[in-house]
Amino acid sequence: MMIIKNKFILLAISAVLVVGSLIAIATKGFTVGIEFTGGSVIEVAYTERPENTQIQNQLKQNGFDAQVQAFGENNVIIRTRDVSESERQALLAALVIDEQVPVEQRFNSIGPSIGKALRSKALVAIGVTLLVTIFFIAYAFRHVSKPVSSWKYGIVAIITLFHDVVIPAGIFALLGYEVNSLFIVGILSILGLSINDTIVVFDRIRENLKNNEATKTDMPFTQVVGTSLRQTLVRSFNTSFTLILVLIALYVVGPETTQNLALVLGLGMLFGTYSSICVASPLLVVFAGKNTSSDK
Amino acid sequence: MWKHRIGALIIIIIGAALGFFVYTTEVRQTQEFQLGLDLSGGVYLTYTTDTKNIPPAEVRESLDALRDVIERRINLFGISEASVQIEKTAFAEVGDEYRLVVELPGVTDVAQAVAMIGQTPLLEFKVQDENALSLQADGATALTLDAGMIENGTLNLDALLTQNAGFVATELTGQYLQRASVIFDPQTRAPVIALQFNNEGAAIFEQLTSENIGKPIAIYLDGAAISSPVVQDVITGGEAIITGTFTPEEAKTMVGRLNSGALPVPITLSATETIGPSLGTDAVNAGVRAGVIGFLVIALFLIGFYRLPGLVATIALALYTIAVLALFKYIPVTLTAAGIAGFVISIGVAVDANILIFERIKEEMKSGKTLSDAVKVGFSRAWLSIRDSNVSSILSAIILFWFGSSLIKGFALTLGIGVLVSMFSAIVISRVLLLAISGRTNNRIMRFLFSAGLSK
Repeated sequence: MMIIKNKFILLAISAVLVVGSLIAIATKGFTVGIEFTGGSVIEVAYTERPENTQIQNQLKQNGFDAQVQAFGENNVIIRTRDVSESERQALLAALVIDEQVPVEQRFNSIGPSIGKALRSKALVAIGVTLLVTIFFIAYAFRHVSKPVSSWKYGIVAIITLFHDVVIPAGIFALLGYEVNSLFIVGILSILGLSINDTIVVFDRIRENLKNNEATKTDMPFTQVVGTSLRQTLVRSFNTSFTLILVLIALYVVGPETTQNLALVLGLGMLFGTYSSICVASPLLVVFAGKNTSSDK
Repeated sequence: MWKHRIGALIIIIIGAALGFFVYTTEVRQTQEFQLGLDLSGGVYLTYTTDTKNIPPAEVRESLDALRDVIERRINLFGISEASVQIEKTAFAEVGDEYRLVVELPGVTDVAQAVAMIGQTPLLEFKVQDENALSLQADGATALTLDAGMIENGTLNLDALLTQNAGFVATELTGQYLQRASVIFDPQTRAPVIALQFNNEGAAIFEQLTSENIGKPIAIYLDGAAISSPVVQDVITGGEAIITGTFTPEEAKTMVGRLNSGALPVPITLSATETIGPSLGTDAVNAGVRAGVIGFLVIALFLIGFYRLPGLVATIALALYTIAVLALFKYIPVTLTAAGIAGFVISIGVAVDANILIFERIKEEMKSGKTLSDAVKVGFSRAWLSIRDSNVSSILSAIILFWFGSSLIKGFALTLGIGVLVSMFSAIVISRVLLLAISGRTNNRIMRFLFSAGLSK
């Protein structure tokens, strides 16, 4: 099958994407939201919006070192250190420019201790999800131990998941989109949803292996994988396609707060489908083969 | 086959009825969806608590006392659906593990909310207002009429009906209280609260009691009367006993509050979030729009690609959406922006099971089976795949539920419920509908309608 024949090229492409993303994350870094670092965000609406620099200077004069960003038609989003209640009122007062009193749309202030706890929680959640996935797949595929042991199915699944998560994260880092707890929710959801695709292919491989054993057909593993892929291609594609359609709807017309979530999930599903087809199966074949090449 | 047709009819009727109920209760506002803070607008406050100085055995109790005190203060402001919760945080340092989370939907004045919560408890002793008259209707609660309720010769009924008691404040407040403790009456073994005032307090108390023999002195904590014992005698020495029908636990709680002078547990405001109501309404509208468009787009795709089964899937999907919405309404699940996203996403996931089944049916038909056999076998073979992939989604939802703040729990909940119901809808509803339609026919037209896709 074409995909299996070209497995090394496909795996190389994935490797490049993953390494690229890791580099982006390491060098540019994430734009981290205040939920993790602490700080405050305030969104106000003016009737006639002043210039960003004007706002920034006035805030600085009043003791607030702030990042100012225009948003929508008349709104401004301001980020600064976390402020107490009285400081918030001072901040609002400092935003009165040319006698224009801004109307507060939303305000979020988070102290540093909460951020630290959230970070640990996020890492643990991701770690636990990965572990649970390995165990679940190893268990579900425990009866198909030849020629690839059930643990290897689990490991291949994890590698694909890693790929599915790192690339969207890299894109976010590269483009500077904000990483907040909804982003983590998106990552965790990708882990949960894109595994579906991979399971469907593995499932078919398992079934074909079982059938071959029953009918005593001798088919090389490569061929089994290739056939299974061909059989499940349409289904994999359709499912991801419908989910991506829904996510596009969510991104374009849905609430602002969930836009980043829709984006992360959309990217995750996109690369998830790609990985289920072009990474998971080739990897399985590589693992099954007698060669001892490294796992990418 | 008829049993399938009847089954299908029943399912559709139930679905339509549910849909009707969901729609009318929403429009008539008889039982609306419960909206989270980020959709209804409001204030969300997180306080960290400092339990370092409290012996470990009493920590839970003190936190509950804290929660009660804050809740009472908030209730004074009459905010509907306000909530006060103690949350245990994972990965915090010792002494820091509990947080107080206050949700005040619809509140716009953060400053007022924060000020009200931060106050120390107020203990007051009040005596009867001489200018008040007591009214009592038969069998009703006694109401007290006082001069303040009459303005320009008209009686302010509201003031009369919402009044409390006709007691007037005295000089004696909590600042004179030296110590409160629980003791047990030696004869009745009932718990009583013993109050010990300081010297000044003792003097004031002596005067109060001498002026009010035979009349009650009401004890108010945070503006609510907790007891109004009748004075029997002049009390010197500043010691008073409050008797009443409280349990030992209630007595202990009251004593804890009286003694602390401050809240039972020190708290610091560490996070505030306010969301203006217009932002919330925008989010709701956007969410609904996204849901509708998402559904339409999927329906288009399903019918276009899978033809007749696609139509069946769309109907099943509509029923699925109604079922989930009804569940959200009646459980009830608090919807947040993330929750709506979770629901919209679960619509996408719900399609998945249907697609699995259809592809299977296509395959079985290709291998030569009759239509109805293909349908039956398709369902049973696809079940394993559906089960495995949905279980992993549900496991994710559980982990997400643990990870998230209350705004995020909504996402996990809606996604989880959505996935569960979608399994049911695909296996039961789609199956019944498909079997009802396919019946025993095996002619070319039906087979064509059931095969799918771009010509293969």
